[in-house]
Amino acid sequence: MVADAIDTHLLRKVFGDYAAVKGLTLQVEQGEVFGFLGPNGAGKTTSMKMLLGLIAPTSGEASLLGKPIGNREAMRRVGFLPEHFRFQEWLSADEFLLLHGQLLGMKKDDVLQRREELLERVGLTPFRNKHLRTFSKGMLQRVGLAQALLNRPALVFLDEPTSGLDPVGRRLVRDVIREVRAQGTSVFLNSHLLSEIEVTCDRVAFIQHGEVVRVLELASLSSDQTSVTIRVSNLAAESLNGLAQWGREIQMDGEFVHMIIASDTVLPEVTRYLVSQDAEVYSITPNRMSLEDIFIETVGKDGGL
Amino acid sequence: MTAISIIARLTFREAIRRRIMLAGLVLGVAFVILFSIGTHFIFGQIAKDTAANMPSQMAANVMKAESTNAFLMMGLYATTFLSIAMAALLGADTLAGEINSGTIQTIATKPIRRADVVLGKWLGFAELLGLYVMLLCGGIVLSTFIQSGHIPQNLLIGLGLIYMESILIMTITLMLSSAFPALATGGIVFGLYGLAFIGGWVEQFGALLQNDTAIKVGIITSLIIPSESLWRRAAFEMQAPLTGTFGSPFTTTSVPSPLMMGYAFLYLIVVLFIAVRIFQARDL
Repeated sequence: MVADAIDTHLLRKVFGDYAAVKGLTLQVEQGEVFGFLGPNGAGKTTSMKMLLGLIAPTSGEASLLGKPIGNREAMRRVGFLPEHFRFQEWLSADEFLLLHGQLLGMKKDDVLQRREELLERVGLTPFRNKHLRTFSKGMLQRVGLAQALLNRPALVFLDEPTSGLDPVGRRLVRDVIREVRAQGTSVFLNSHLLSEIEVTCDRVAFIQHGEVVRVLELASLSSDQTSVTIRVSNLAAESLNGLAQWGREIQMDGEFVHMIIASDTVLPEVTRYLVSQDAEVYSITPNRMSLEDIFIETVGKDGGL
Repeated sequence: MTAISIIARLTFREAIRRRIMLAGLVLGVAFVILFSIGTHFIFGQIAKDTAANMPSQMAANVMKAESTNAFLMMGLYATTFLSIAMAALLGADTLAGEINSGTIQTIATKPIRRADVVLGKWLGFAELLGLYVMLLCGGIVLSTFIQSGHIPQNLLIGLGLIYMESILIMTITLMLSSAFPALATGGIVFGLYGLAFIGGWVEQFGALLQNDTAIKVGIITSLIIPSESLWRRAAFEMQAPLTGTFGSPFTTTSVPSPLMMGYAFLYLIVVLFIAVRIFQARDL
């Protein structure tokens, strides 16, 4: 059996008397793109830093690629693009990638070959001899991404990889994530941009107050979580309440009824019910529930503050 | 290449590229030139005066060697101070700055030990300081030699001790930098250096006035931070035979023992070890 890319059990970090991460338990499988979501201050970056060995956990256990965190053998196969990345700005892009390849313990020939491929892939070949200090934020993000992929990692951590990128850059990051996934790399993606997560991730975990509150398969999103809008008139209040047997969060807005149903298979029954209650039904429109809806439903409108 | 040597090379190149070394070298070279111009006139005057006033040629030669050496020691004292300033400047921002900016994050998540980061930086700075001390002290010694033909005794031991003093300050700076922000680190290092300097003076005057308590105060200061005792031993090794009878910070009357030198070396190793341990335990 292949070890999980990430496996944590009740990972906890306390700063003074403040628990930044209360007890993180999650598994990321090999080859999946895993989204890590949560409101600001939920402990996402602290969790990621613990997994990477930058911050020592107060308690709990965790392993990367089957090895305990901080293990150098495992780190040889891990890539990382930090959120507030600052690189050696007095190096050129070429020198920067060579340095990081050497730190990864790669053979020089291999580094040089990967450097060619990745500079080309992130579109920085024309700028390879320029110092990083002259790079824009987007260019730094690209060279940082190249750095994270030098060693053909089995697991790559991307902390807000698309922040500060223009739409072209975002598309690039999305495509690169798909490519590395196709090669079997697991991706641990920390992002606020839910639309990004929605199109790239296989599974997401919602984290709040340093705990995983929900794990969701995104493929099942369309059938599992559906909101439906019903245009109806002549609907009595008792009849409206009766809809609760098929769904929740029922709201009446003029002649529109919004509700969330567990599955679209209940829709014919809902229709029969409404007709039997003498309501005039004009339309029933199932809406695929967006990740943003689920996010807000999970962490609350106040963002868990 | 090992991780330590990769980091050492990076550290060396950074100091060159960011022109910290250049600034230090320009100042250092300016100092050597100034020293040479000053001593050019002074040595000429000394040669004239001693020839005119001394009873014999031999006495004149002794007096000339004594005064030439005194000026050389003054020059070396100043270069020692410059190399200490360089050591503190190089070390103060290194770990603190990289932790603060987050640069360290992509380094520390590579398959290397945290100890490699600290030791690599230490090695890179030690190479830089070696170059710096060699150029500056070498410049002063060479200038004196060309002008007067004078070479101090035990030159290599003396320069070695001066180099060790700059390494000691750099190591202390590196240790503090692994725990505190850059500015605090710089402040503490110069505070410690000042303490050692005053302690050295107290001990010197204690020796001149034969006051045991003052000497003890000096020794205790040297135990807290042995940097100044390294300079005083270096000065003792290189000084002309008679000079030791006059007290000044440039020369030495109360001589730090070889035991104190051994202590300084041990101190350096322990501080480096603590630097590694602090950095290993630290959240980045």
